[in-house]
Parts: sequence; C-alpha cells; structure tokens
Amino acid sequence: MVRIIGFLIGLAFAGVLLISLFIGVAQYVSNPPAPLPEQFYHKEPKALHLASDGPFGHFDKRQLQRGFQVYKEVCSACHSMHLVHFRDLKALGYSDAEVKAIASQWQLEVPDINPDTGEPATRKATPPDAFPSPYPNEVAARAANNNALPPDLSLMTKAREGGAAYVYSILTGFQPQPADLVKKFPAAKTPPNLHYNPYFANLNIAMPPPLTSEGQVQFADGTKPTVDQMAKDVAAFLVWTAEPNLERRHAAGISVVVFLLFGTILGYLAYQNIWAEAKRKVRVTGPLEPENKAKRQSAKRKAGIKGGSKAKP
Amino acid sequence: MSFSWAKPYQPKHPFMRWLDERLPLPRVAYGAVGGGYPVPRNLNYWWNFGVLAGIFLTIQIVTGITLAMWYYATGDGAFNSVEHIMRDVDAGWLLRYAHANGASFFFVVTYIHIFRGLYYGSYKPPRELVWMLGLVIYLLMMATAFMGYVLPWGQMSYWGAQVITGFFSAFPLVGEPIRIWLLGGYAPDQAALTRFFSLHYLLPFVIAAVVILHIWALHIPGSGNPTGVDVKDEKDTIPFHPFYTAKDGWFAAAFVLLYAIVVYFAPNWLQHPDNYIPANPLATPAHIVPEWYFWPFYAILRAFTTDFVLPAKLWGVLAMFTSILLLFFLPWLDKSPVRSGSYRPVFKRFFWLLVVDVLVLGWAGGQPATPLPVAIGQIAAAYYFAHFLIILPLVSKYETPLPLPRSITASVLHGEEQESAPAGVKSGKKSTVAG
Repeated sequence: MVRIIGFLIGLAFAGVLLISLFIGVAQYVSNPPAPLPEQFYHKEPKALHLASDGPFGHFDKRQLQRGFQVYKEVCSACHSMHLVHFRDLKALGYSDAEVKAIASQWQLEVPDINPDTGEPATRKATPPDAFPSPYPNEVAARAANNNALPPDLSLMTKAREGGAAYVYSILTGFQPQPADLVKKFPAAKTPPNLHYNPYFANLNIAMPPPLTSEGQVQFADGTKPTVDQMAKDVAAFLVWTAEPNLERRHAAGISVVVFLLFGTILGYLAYQNIWAEAKRKVRVTGPLEPENKAKRQSAKRKAGIKGGSKAKP
Repeated sequence: MSFSWAKPYQPKHPFMRWLDERLPLPRVAYGAVGGGYPVPRNLNYWWNFGVLAGIFLTIQIVTGITLAMWYYATGDGAFNSVEHIMRDVDAGWLLRYAHANGASFFFVVTYIHIFRGLYYGSYKPPRELVWMLGLVIYLLMMATAFMGYVLPWGQMSYWGAQVITGFFSAFPLVGEPIRIWLLGGYAPDQAALTRFFSLHYLLPFVIAAVVILHIWALHIPGSGNPTGVDVKDEKDTIPFHPFYTAKDGWFAAAFVLLYAIVVYFAPNWLQHPDNYIPANPLATPAHIVPEWYFWPFYAILRAFTTDFVLPAKLWGVLAMFTSILLLFFLPWLDKSPVRSGSYRPVFKRFFWLLVVDVLVLGWAGGQPATPLPVAIGQIAAAYYFAHFLIILPLVSKYETPLPLPRSITASVLHGEEQESAPAGVKSGKKSTVAG
C-alpha cells in the first residue's frame, strides 16, 4: 500500500516537474529574456593584496592610520560608522592622549542634553563615544543626498561580496560610461545624479567619485597620496573596522590548530595501539588455515609491508 | 542491553559501588558508551559521524547559552548586540563564529550520517525506529537552525523569515491566518523575533532528548555494520570502550581541527554578506537564499513553476515537505532483505546517482533564480522523487544481491590487513569467497 501511494506521489511530482521544465524551456525559446547591460559590463573586483590577508594576516598599523585619515577627511562627511568607538583607535597605534585629542577635535559633536536645562545640546566627543553620525536620521541623510542613503561603513568589507577588494574597486572604478553601452542599451544611459561604475551591481552608483585628485589627503607619514593609495588605505582601514579582532583570531587560531594537530596525532597513536590487540584477537580466534596464511603473506608482499611485526601473536 | 555476552558493570571503587546501589547512572553510561556495549568489530569511518553529531550538538548548546547572555532579542537591539559580542565581549568573536560555523558543521556531519544510513540500509528492520527518530532530530535541527539564523536580524535573517513563514500562505484559506499567527503579525517583527529566540533556546534540549531515544532505540538491536550481516556471536563484536572511543576520539580531534580552521581562518566563508546589513523591511535583497544546508530543499521549492491543477507555490511547498517526510517511509519503500549497499550492485549505482543529484540540487538552490539553475533544479528534483518513490521500490524487488559473507568475522579475515574495511566495501567478489 505504502509503495503504491508512494509510486503515485512520485509520479505526480516528477510529472509536474517535467511539465514545468517543458513549459519553462518553451517560454525561454519562444520569448528569450532581454539581455541586461550589467550582464556585459559589470566587472568583478580588482585584485587587492593587504597585510591582513591569509591565515597569518596582520594589520599594517601605518596603513590603517592613513586609511583612518582618509575616512575622517573624506568619507565621514556622508558615511556614518556607528559601531566604531574612538577608544578602539588605540589598536591603530595611537596613544591615549592622541585618541582623546582625535575625539575632542572631531568635526562633529555628540548629541547630549544641557545638564542645567535638559534641553537637547551637543558636546565634544570623548574616547568612549562611537563616531558621531553625519546625519541625525535616515530622512535627513536621504534629503541631503538626492534620496540615496550613504550606508554605514562599520561592516562594509564584510557586507559586500569581494570585501576590501570591492571597496577599493568602487573607489577607483569611476569612469565615463562606455559609448557602445549606450549604443546597445539606449535606456541604460546613466541618469543625472548617478555615476557610472562597472564594479557596482547595476553599474550606476549614487555616490559621486569621492577620491578625485592626488593630494586630497596629506598623509602624516609622508606616503604619496595618489588616488590608488588612498583607496587602498581606506579599504584596509575598513577591514579593521569590520573585524577589529582579526589579529587576535589569527594568533589564537594558530595555537589551536597546533594543539589539535598534536591531539589528533596522539589520539591516532592511541587508537593504533588499542586496536593492535583487537587485530590480534581476530587472528587467534579466526581460522588459521594455510590458505589464509599464504594469502596474508602475498598481500603483505604486495603492499610492501615487511614483517608485519605488529600483528604477530 | 543487547547481547548476552555484554560485560556487566562491575564498580571497583567503594564510592562507585555505593553510588551504583543508589543511583546507577554510571551503569547506564557503561552499558551505553562504555565497555558494556558490544559493537561489531568491522565498522568503517562512516560510523564515526553519529558521535561527531553529538559533539557538535554539545558545542552548539555551550556556545549558544553563552551567546544568549549577551544577546538582546529586540528589533532595535539584536543586530547591534551581535556586533557588541563580536567587538567588545571577551572572546565574543570566538563564541559567535564557533556557533555560526558550528551549525554548518553540525549539518555536514548529520548529512554524512544520513547518507551512511541510506547506503548501508540502516533504516531496515529492526532499526526502523532508530531511523525515524533520527529524522525527527533532523527536522528539529532544521527548525532550530532556521530560527537561529533569524536572530542576528540582518537582511538575510529578515527576508529568510519572510520567505519561510510565507510557505504557509501557500495553503488555501487557512494558510494566511496560520502565517500571521506564527509570526504574531503581518510581517516578521518584534513578536516573531522574541518567539524565535525562545524556541531557538528550547529546541536544542528537545533534540538532546530525542538523541537519547535515538541511542536507546539503537542499543536494542545494537549497531549495524558495513556488511549488514547480523552479529552472530561474541567474536563479531568488541566493546565500545576502549576500541570505538579510541577510534571516535582521534577522528573527532581531526574533524574538530577542520572546524577550527574554518572558525579561525575563514569564519565568514559560509555566511552571506547581506547578513552584515541590518534588517530593512523596505529593501529586498537581490537574491534571497537560505543557508547552504537548505539549498537542496530551496531548489525543490523553486522547481515548480507551473500552475498545474494546483498553484505552483503550493506544489513547491508540498514537494518540499514531502521530500523529507518520504524518508520516514523508507523502511517500507525499500523491501530488499539485504541491508548493505555493498552487496546490492544496482542499488549502489542509484545511490551514488542520488548523492550527485542532491549535490546538484544544492548547487541549483544556491544560485539566483535564473532559467538555467531552475531547469537543472527541475530535472534534479524530478530524479529525487523518482529515486525514492519509484526506483528504490522497483530495484528492491528485481535486483539480485551478491552473496553475503558468512559472518562479520569472516568478512574481516578476508579484509586481511584492514581491520575496518570489510571485504564487501571494495568489491563484491571477495565476499563471494567468504560466503
């Protein structure tokens, strides 16, 4: 009974699936979907190599400081970073005094209340504060940006396929729209207020090119501030903001892997040791006919095992 | 419990004797996973994954309870509390990555465990209830994993909850009210998040309880083995401890090593980047995909694209539920008296086809719903149902199995140097000699 019902159910599902397949193929053939410009012009992120890559990756603190400078002087005008606190900057190599100074000199103040009247007020940021957001809320952010919302950057390199390479490619990927794209897809012409960028999913990004000229940021460490360098540095900085515990994770991981490797080897040796007895038991209790003995010898010779001392009773 | 030659528990230390007379818990443990449980001597490494599943359940419960100490189940606080754990809680990043990847590894070992059962006929008499309790565990795992994935309240969490609870609205009349009742609202929101958290905390303990039943039911007939031949006498078995504890021990260490490599060096490898974006009911992600372990079922759901008698969505939902529920009937669909796939030449070919088929379904389910993956998913889904409901019953009726070894010990002897590889695994020919 179960088999008959099962047979019918199986036939029904398989049948409807094949009908679906047939109709789908027929539709595809008779009315193929129109090609989209992003199928031809979208590009995968460029290769980007950072010190934080790979299992032994660590942060290049000087690069992070440069990236922080780019964020502070360029990106932070529009993009919030509400998960990062000024106190976290100590991990970039700043001293307590420097962190305090960075917080108090930040271009935005932190919302607070007036201690005497209770009225809304602002005050200078202190190390325990998170980076203040450039806009009080989403409506204000959209109003200031042609209805586009600049995303929070705290987790950006983990929230996009491609990570830091994606950020770097977007920042350096702005270019004029290819003429043949417009020729092939007249409807896909980049609208005003949007900017052509082949690394962005639908090719047109609301963000205007943020890094436009060499020397836009003067690096404190004297590194030549080319657009490429600034983009790389800020991408590296965003790896840190998204995963501040990366170095600790890698360091702990190496110890854990070594420990477990040791444990695995010890465990394997213990297993071999314990099972040697069980193997012997099979031999002793099993039929030791000459036929089997000869077979075992030839198998050993074939496998290149010398004495088979372990198995000796 | 199972065999007359099972060693009885004999406490040596006076305290253990004292305890045994009052609360014989060590006696139970001795009989379940100690020297008092005789196990076939020829188990291969595919038999290690049940213990591994238990290890990952434990890891999930321990890391999960600790995470719950820091997590806020509120629409405003959930995402940020997870980030607080990641950034400011001591070793919080480790707990959270261990828990997120622990779920994936729990499913990896469970899938291997299930497919081992499929190949070696572990669902056949007298172990039908072991198999069915295992499927109950699997269903509970799916519910737990789904609700756990909602908790960080990222974009995929939110939209995944939207899609999965949307299954219920496929049923006519009662569907939509059920969906609203389950969510506590028209869309996932505070009410849904709080109840998902509550259930996500509860279900692992239900799983643990069913695991006890699963092991209890297993210990009545005893473990199966790669030949599928019943244990005949004492020579065929060895005590679980120390033999299989040693084997499980080293293998578990090796597998946890693999897990540690992912947790420490590629913790986001199996995560979707969109879940690092806070949930936004107004912005639908370009491609909503569940976690990888649900991809085969997602492919089956999406494979139905035609309103044939019933709406396509209802077909999809029915098929998806059927795809798991049919496994409960496997003991009656496959009536072949031979358990092990090693002695079933036709079954074996179809088994490997099924493995490939499920992998293809998984691939199709992870792709965006473009024509090619959907079409491939349709073929693969059709095979999935045909395999269990049509091919398997027919194969079990018409196939001529290979001769079985006389006994487990006989098969081991002909395996010569490999104590854990019975003669039948590599080819049926050796077993002919034995049988």
